[in-house]
Formats: sequence, structure tokens, C-alpha cells
Amino acid sequence: MSDLREVVSSGNHLAALAGADAGCKFMGGYPITPSSEVIEQMSDLLPARGGVTIQMEDEIAAVAAAIGAGMAGHRTMTATSGPGISLKAENLGLAQMTEVPLVVVNVMRGGPSTGLPTRVSQGDVRQAKNPSHGDYRSITLCAGNLAECYTETVRAFNLADRFMQPVFVLLDETIGHMHGKAIIPTEEAVQAGIVPRKQFDGAPEDYHPYECEPDQPAVLNKMFTGYRYHFTGLHHDKNGFPTEEIETCRKLIQRLEDKVMLHTDELESNEEFMLDDMTGAEGEVLIIAYGSVSLSAKEAIRHLRAAGIKAGLFRPITLWPSPADSIKKYTDMIKNVLCVELNIRQYTEEVERVSSRLDIEGLYKVNGRPISPYEIVNKVKEVF
Amino acid sequence: MAFNYDKYLRLEKMPTLWCWGCGDGVILKAFVRAVEKMGLNQDDVCVVSGIGCSGRFSSYVDFNTVHTTHGRTVAFATGIKLMHPDKHVICVAGDGDALAIGGNHTIHGARRNIDITLIIINNFIYGLTNSQTSPTTPQGMWTVTQKAGNIDPTFDACALGIAAGASFVGRESMLDPKKLEKILIKAMEHRGFSFLDILSNCHINLGRKNKMVSAMENLSWIDSITTPKKKYDTLTEAEQLNIFPTGILKQDTEVREYCDMYKDIQDVQQKKRAIITQDDFAKKI
Repeated sequence: MSDLREVVSSGNHLAALAGADAGCKFMGGYPITPSSEVIEQMSDLLPARGGVTIQMEDEIAAVAAAIGAGMAGHRTMTATSGPGISLKAENLGLAQMTEVPLVVVNVMRGGPSTGLPTRVSQGDVRQAKNPSHGDYRSITLCAGNLAECYTETVRAFNLADRFMQPVFVLLDETIGHMHGKAIIPTEEAVQAGIVPRKQFDGAPEDYHPYECEPDQPAVLNKMFTGYRYHFTGLHHDKNGFPTEEIETCRKLIQRLEDKVMLHTDELESNEEFMLDDMTGAEGEVLIIAYGSVSLSAKEAIRHLRAAGIKAGLFRPITLWPSPADSIKKYTDMIKNVLCVELNIRQYTEEVERVSSRLDIEGLYKVNGRPISPYEIVNKVKEVF
Repeated sequence: MAFNYDKYLRLEKMPTLWCWGCGDGVILKAFVRAVEKMGLNQDDVCVVSGIGCSGRFSSYVDFNTVHTTHGRTVAFATGIKLMHPDKHVICVAGDGDALAIGGNHTIHGARRNIDITLIIINNFIYGLTNSQTSPTTPQGMWTVTQKAGNIDPTFDACALGIAAGASFVGRESMLDPKKLEKILIKAMEHRGFSFLDILSNCHINLGRKNKMVSAMENLSWIDSITTPKKKYDTLTEAEQLNIFPTGILKQDTEVREYCDMYKDIQDVQQKKRAIITQDDFAKKI
């Protein structure tokens, strides 16, 4: 029997289905364009499977309820758009600090502020890196086609339980509202791949949820199971209780950094499109794009190659932490580099940082409209 | 024999960081006695607190405990309760927590009538942060953010709880620990949203700005502004103006609890019952 199935659906609906198939049992949401279809779908899917979807009184409560269910030990999610993330930011910080797994789907629209609610943007890429104050490392995945709305959401649930922290799934309005055929894994295949969060099964007096290796996440047992401990957003000790002890505070925050940054190999995921024949020869063009823009970039590359320009695409799927070594491998080899984004330089700055190059060209659009393949073709011909 | 609190306390966290003479300890002890009398298993209880002096409540009691962000207790508790309808979920919040920054969650938790007990420790001031105005600070009192005198109208917490739809609303002060214990038991036994306004003292930060520098002076003032509901109802409107009634102010056992209602949603989606219509509710609008 095949592990794949063919469905006709939309990006937002596939993100919801992925959550349900991956064992999500709770969704706290609040309506916001262009993400509302996720909670609409979940309000059918989860109760049908014995779970709960609740529309809360605001974005803050939506994420708080979801984190509460996560603290209780369940797979949990919320979905929103940029203005919603701005409101959820404080509690996302609490989830980072208490190490509660959570999946946050952000269907990006134009910003800042109310921006362009019904139009496409990738303006929340920088926000996804640091939505809340303080030191921690965000994990952010970005779907570049319909099937990935499903597969990346499933991956987000598994990573959330592995790293014990919120994981962002960025869709953009184009991908979220795209409707069509997608080939995705079966529910059985998804469930076979689930690795539930670690649980301690020794005696309760030996249980110290935040006492772990310096590069590993907390082990949070399910609530109401006889292991009584404490969650707090304050700096805390091995049992979760507030402390200001100098070394304990330092170790805690360093661990939040290291549990992600020393394991980026488990997180990295990229697509390399028409890069295998690149040699570093004069005239080759490297395009870096992600999300819906990558679809235009692929079309542009076909046109460029037909016109005799050897171009290829590097598409990061895990945006944060960035695939630094992989980006550098190509930016070291290929002289002409073009970043294409529906924002102004939000990921280009990361490419500049990891490549140590300041001559990266960019094509940016912030008027709520998609970037067409022809604009990319023209830009390549203009600047290189 | 004197009541032994040790089983329910995290003794290694003692002494508390609350000031000498603070009423929060009286409320904590009444809560522990209530849990003991109800015979609850510590593993079946979750205490969720917010930010402020009351926020530390959760770290001192040996249950499943969560210290959340400012004002969001009821929202976090909603997620926990919906996934575990058979467990006891108790929120402890301050007056700033529950009525200012978290007012929206208080309203909607009450409106849903979800089975959460919300204990508002109301000391009429932002005590932890040094005497800033709270929604319950009486007009004309002095705070560090209103040194010329507080002009902001005083919030009647229980009036909000009743209007928002909580099915159990009560008020006591820490002056009478026996009554406090009783109302805590009744609130926790009630299935639905139980809203408790528990008046407490802050002679350190309300008192020092308002000529009540000792705990006794602050407590005498609380005594002077409270009276049991039965007696309150006999007062004239003019006399009621400056008095808060205490005791159970509302209890409705007919109205359905939210987790119970959510079960209907699951049953519809699992095709075990027909879709919910207006005919399922006595109140149509």
C-alpha cells in the first residue's frame, strides 16, 4: 500500500489536516485573515477525533489556551497572521522559557500594523526569528508549495516535541489560499513517524524536569500523572521554581540557545533546484527565494536557461536557524546572487551575514502583489 | 489538634516573599484547608497564577502549578481544563491581573461558564511594584501614579462577575478565615465558573500612601467597607454606596458548564447526535 495519497485542497486546509493527522488534540484560535480557514477546518476535525478547537476572546487568549493544553501534555497549535503574532508574542516567550511545545501557523499578509489583510507578503520572516523579548532560538519552517503546507506542519509537530519549544510554520497568503492537487503522506504514514515527547518514568522524587544535559530540552511529564512540578516564566531551577542563583540562570538561558544551535543538522531542510550543474563559471546565477516566491523563481529559471543564462534556485525550507553552511557553499561558488523576497531584505540580511558578502542583489516587493517570473527574469538580465 | 499544612506546602520555598502581616498567607492557608476538607488528591488539582504578589501563590502549594504571564491565568486554565474536564483547575490572580490587564479573559471565562475557580486576591493596589493605582483602588486614595489623588472610578469586581455570566459569584475578606474556607469549598464544589473577590490587605503599599501603615489599620478599613449580604440588603441605597456585600452573591446551578457543552460539539462531529440548534437553549437571544 502506498504511503502517499492524492488530495485536492488548499494550503490552509492542508495545514489543519496535518495538525489533526499528527495528533494535535487542541487548537486555540482567533479569526484573522488570511489564516481563518485553519481554525474553521480544525473546528470540525478535532472534535471529530476527540479533541478540542476553541475560538478564544483574543489572540492572546488563543495562544495562552494552546500553551495551557501543551503544559497539560498534549499536542497543540494555534494559527494566525502577523498582527496576531504581535499579540501572541509575550506568551510565545513564556512557551520558550517554560519549554512547552506548540505549533504556530502564520499565514503572512502585508504589514506593518493592519497592513494589507487580504494580500500576500513575507513580511513576518524577521518577526518569526524574535517575536518575544530575551534570548532563545526560534525554529521556523516555510512551506513553498501545497504539499509542504501538510508535510512541514507535520514536521513542526515532531520538532516541537523534540526541541520542546514553539515551532513556526510560515505560509504566505498565496500558498495559504492556493487550491489544487497535492500528493501528501497518508495519515497512517504520518502517525507511524510520530515520536512523542520524552517522559520521565522513575519515582516522582527523582524527577527534575529542567535538569538535563546542557544541549538538551526539558523533559516535561504530563500534568495530573503524579509528577508535580512548577512552570514559570521567571528564571527557574531544576524543578521549575523561581531562582536568581547566578550559575543556574546562566545555564538555563545558555541551554535554550544550545539545545537548538548545537543541533541544526536535525533542523536543516532545503531544496536545491537546478544547482547540480553549477561549476562556479562566469555568468552563473544563484537565486535565493522561499515560500510562494520560489514558484515564480523556478519558472524564471526555466526561461533564463532557455535564453542561455545558467541559473538555479536555493530554497531554504527551515528559515530559522538559517542553513548557514549550505548558503555559504553556493555563495562562495557562484558570483551572481539574487535574493527575491516579498519584503525588504529580511532574509537577504541573513544571506549577507552567513556569506560575508555585501554584493548580494535583491528583488523586493511590498505592495501586496506577487512577484512574477518575468520580473525575476528582467532583474537577472538587468543586474548581472 | 492544630491543622497540619505541611502535606500541601512546598516547605523548602518557605518563608514566602510576602511582607509581614500580608493577608495572602491567610488566603493560602484557607485554600489548603478547603482542599483537605474536600478530600482532593493533590495530583488532580492544578493551580494557575498570574503576575504580582498573588502570582507567587502557585509556587508555594504542592499541586500541579503554573505561573503564567500578567492577566492571562483564565486563558491558560481554559486550555488545561478543556483537556481535563474531570480535574480541578483553580486560578489565583490579583486585582490588576484579573480586572485590568486580564479583564477580557475574566469576562469571557465567566461568560463561557467553564468550571474554573477564579480567586481574585484584591488588595486595592499594585503592591509588588510599589503602590501604583489598580482598578479597585478607591477614588480619592493616593498612589505613586496618582499622587494628586485617584480619579479613576472604583471597580466592583463581583458586579462584573455577575454581569459577565459567572454562575457562582462570592466575596469574602481575609478577616474571617472560617468564612473564607467555607466559600472556597462552595466555589470549588460548584460546577461552572466560580468568581471570588477576596479582599486582602496591603498596609505596606496601599497603607503607607493612605494613613494605614499597620496591618491592623488596613484590616479595620476592610472591616468598615464590608458587611454580610443579608445585612447589606437591609441598607438604604445611600448606606450601600460605600459597602461591599460579602458571602455568596449569586449561585446558578441550572446553567450548563462549558466542558459539558463542548461534549455536545464532539458528539455532533462524531455523528452521535443531531446538530445543535437554538431549541437546545432556553434563552434564545
